[in-house]
Amino acid sequence: MGTILFLIFFPMIIALILLVSKEDKARDVIVKIAAFVIAAVSIVTAVIFFKNGGQNFPAHAEIVNYVMMAIEAALALYIIYIGIKHKKYLASLFAIIQTPLLIWFELTEGHHIAVQNNMYVDRLSIIMILIIGIVGSLITVYALGYMKDFQHHHHDEPDRRPWFFFVMFIFLGAMVGLVTSNNMIWMYFFWEITSLSSFWLIGFTKTEEATNNAFRALIMNLAGGLGFAIGILILGKVFGTLELSTMLAIGSVYGELVAIPAAFFAFAGITKAAQMPFNSWLLGAMVAPTPTSALLHSSTMVKAGVFMIIKLAPVLGMGNFAGIMVMMVGGITFLFATFAAVSQSNAKRVLAYSTIANLGLIVTCGGIGTAEAVWAGVMLIIFHAVTKSLLFLCVGTAEHNIGSRDIEDMDGLFVRMPKLASFMIIGIAGMFLAPFGMLISKWAAMTAFVDSGNVILVAIICFGSAVTAFYWIKWMGKLAGIVAGEERIDQNVHKEETFVHMTLVILTVLVCLLFPLVSMYMLVPYLEIVFGGLSAMVLSADNMIIMVVMIAVLVLLTGLFFGKTNKKIVPIYLSGANKGDNLTYEGSMHEPVEFKLRNWHMESYFGEKKMNLIGGVACTLMLVIGIGIMVGTLISLLGGVA
Amino acid sequence: MIIKMIISIIAYLILAPFVGGILAGLDRKVSARMQGRVGPSILQPFYDVLKLFEKEPITVTKVQDFYVMIFVIFVIASGVIFFAGGDLLLVIFVLTVASAFLIIAAYSSNSPYAQVGAERELLQMMAYEPMVLMTCIGFYMYCGSFAVRDIIVGTSMPFLPLIGIFIGFLFILTIKFRKSPFDLSMSHHAHQELVKGLTTEFSGKTLGLIEISHWYENVMLLGFVFLFFANGTVWGAIIGVLVCIVTYFFEVLIDNSFARMKWQFAFKSAWIVALVFGVINIFVLYLIV
Repeated sequence: MGTILFLIFFPMIIALILLVSKEDKARDVIVKIAAFVIAAVSIVTAVIFFKNGGQNFPAHAEIVNYVMMAIEAALALYIIYIGIKHKKYLASLFAIIQTPLLIWFELTEGHHIAVQNNMYVDRLSIIMILIIGIVGSLITVYALGYMKDFQHHHHDEPDRRPWFFFVMFIFLGAMVGLVTSNNMIWMYFFWEITSLSSFWLIGFTKTEEATNNAFRALIMNLAGGLGFAIGILILGKVFGTLELSTMLAIGSVYGELVAIPAAFFAFAGITKAAQMPFNSWLLGAMVAPTPTSALLHSSTMVKAGVFMIIKLAPVLGMGNFAGIMVMMVGGITFLFATFAAVSQSNAKRVLAYSTIANLGLIVTCGGIGTAEAVWAGVMLIIFHAVTKSLLFLCVGTAEHNIGSRDIEDMDGLFVRMPKLASFMIIGIAGMFLAPFGMLISKWAAMTAFVDSGNVILVAIICFGSAVTAFYWIKWMGKLAGIVAGEERIDQNVHKEETFVHMTLVILTVLVCLLFPLVSMYMLVPYLEIVFGGLSAMVLSADNMIIMVVMIAVLVLLTGLFFGKTNKKIVPIYLSGANKGDNLTYEGSMHEPVEFKLRNWHMESYFGEKKMNLIGGVACTLMLVIGIGIMVGTLISLLGGVA
Repeated sequence: MIIKMIISIIAYLILAPFVGGILAGLDRKVSARMQGRVGPSILQPFYDVLKLFEKEPITVTKVQDFYVMIFVIFVIASGVIFFAGGDLLLVIFVLTVASAFLIIAAYSSNSPYAQVGAERELLQMMAYEPMVLMTCIGFYMYCGSFAVRDIIVGTSMPFLPLIGIFIGFLFILTIKFRKSPFDLSMSHHAHQELVKGLTTEFSGKTLGLIEISHWYENVMLLGFVFLFFANGTVWGAIIGVLVCIVTYFFEVLIDNSFARMKWQFAFKSAWIVALVFGVINIFVLYLIV
């Protein structure tokens, strides 16, 4: 209990200190120490609860509820105010509806519902805490160097970095609270704080675009928050409880009924996990400084959304419409976000679509709700957090050094910034290639999809996987190109950035080597408790051994043979005579012609607009049908009682 | 059990290049006859590769040979996993890694022809991959396992229940064998608009190794065809081998009867075939299994 509270409050205290520290040096020291402490305490927490697999905490304190209520009311007033100020009335409207609704509920009915355990820790929360504590705090360290450059590029603007770091640390604290709250009202509180934090981070630069995108994120997440609040209301009124654990326990008997609040909670998860039709907020978040993207995509925000759905998995499944809604929204989003990624040349947008697609896979796994699907889902969360943060932070560094985040400008990055390009290639390989992590989980997901008996999902994952390979390999190829006449330009990379890159690279490889242990000691026991019975690992032991051997072989071969050759180097073939520099050839009339190589984006097939439209419409349809059926069931249920 | 496995691995490692090479020789002979030529000796592919090994060692970048080496190792590894009775999905994933490295090798040269070839190869991968995955899933659904060693001892022939998937697999086999109308990224024919496409910048021993890997890969792909007929009996095995041979010559016939099509056609047709034959077959499997 102590360590959990520490992990919630320590980042918040640090945040307050950072808010008043204006000096670079002081900030450097505080952030580094805080990051180290948070990471260390996360590991300590994992070790403490590792043996017994978790614990419930009553954490009774009436005062906490009132404090939370007061903060919620204050935040609602704030949202109403800025909504009106920026003429984003929808944001104000959502705040006007949901906060009073929930406060009214708490003061009247909620007050009488006895809550046994307000907080808990189980193996899933431990995994989440490790991700938040390690990956999240690494990103804050990276942000130190990055934000120095950022301020340097925007030197005519006031230095708002104290605010930036304040929000980042608040975010980390709120995330820990979110994954350890058993009382849904508490979880809602943290949920709203993460929504607001991402609003602040996205709108950080205060440009018009940033403000608009920040409001889009806020409005969509408030819509999800409204779903959350309605879910709480139904849970309290119909089932007489506010506890997640009780809800899941009732669900094991009355699955059909519990599916009703579950659908609303899942809806909240879907908005936060940026599933279609809500994916545009995550793409809009790209206007923020890169550490923000890394944080939102890997260890916070969207992971809160999928965490919710993974939590609900036992009451979802093919058996009820809440489950079918969730799995179809996830599946459709996976497919169309993957398609859209092909058409992008902006590196951050490729990463964003890939995140949305992977979240889609995780959401689908949660929706299927079998032990093996959840295994795949949680593995995806782990691998994705590490790999995606690595990729974002690489792109951030590349952007500051080559002045562009466009993949087409990364020609010959391997010559210009060899270290960074290798890190990026490892990250990309980690996203889709055997023997790296994401592929392992995708493999498990595929098996789970087939076993679920949903033929549409089987088709979706087959086509989606093929397209995934396409857009990643073409990016890798771009990086790997050896372009003649380029100079090294990586002298100015901050040492914090390189340190974080290296750590994440090591983590990427390490989680691939250690995943059998994570599975055996954390995930399988968790699944056995949640789903009952004996859960086996989805991948057989010999397949895992082959994977691990493959990694070893790759690392070994790269170390031994990479870039070593005794062969004579000759110029490339250019049809017209190569002028000797590998960049120009002799054209007609003896004119030297320079060639340019550009990648293939298949705009006419995978155009972003078209994909978002189709995916958005299909997902909206699924949501309307799913929620509609749930509301219908609820009304008939209440009518029957009356 | 383990001894049997080791024997089949060794047999694959030694015999596959010979079988693959001879099949390539037969391919050229039969193609020549179809075109009214005499054609080279059946052993010509071996002479070609041996000649490549004697060429002066040259390269365009320092890193390209490394990527090709990984390609070769992983192509062979995928076949080893297949013939050791391993997991079909693993076989496909390892093969994907191999292809990725070959494509990166081509990209790394920064040569226009190689890069266009690499991009077309990527397109081809995207075109055939869904059907390949569905083939594995089909076997899993019918035989209850992804492992070759379990599928091969199944009591009933998967061919009929998987007939849609079989047709789809034959279709994409044309892409995998690099046959017209889908030999977009590189071709064995002289009429090649991209010089040598993907392999433009490879030469000598490196090119020879790519050729040998291609033989390994072809044998493994025919192994997939064989699986459709395996039912644990000698007759199943005989039918399987016969169908493999027929399939190969069918592909040669296709190769000689079609002109190269545009990439749009390759992409669309492969996906439509996968959607129609693959998905419907899987749907039917849910109903009957």
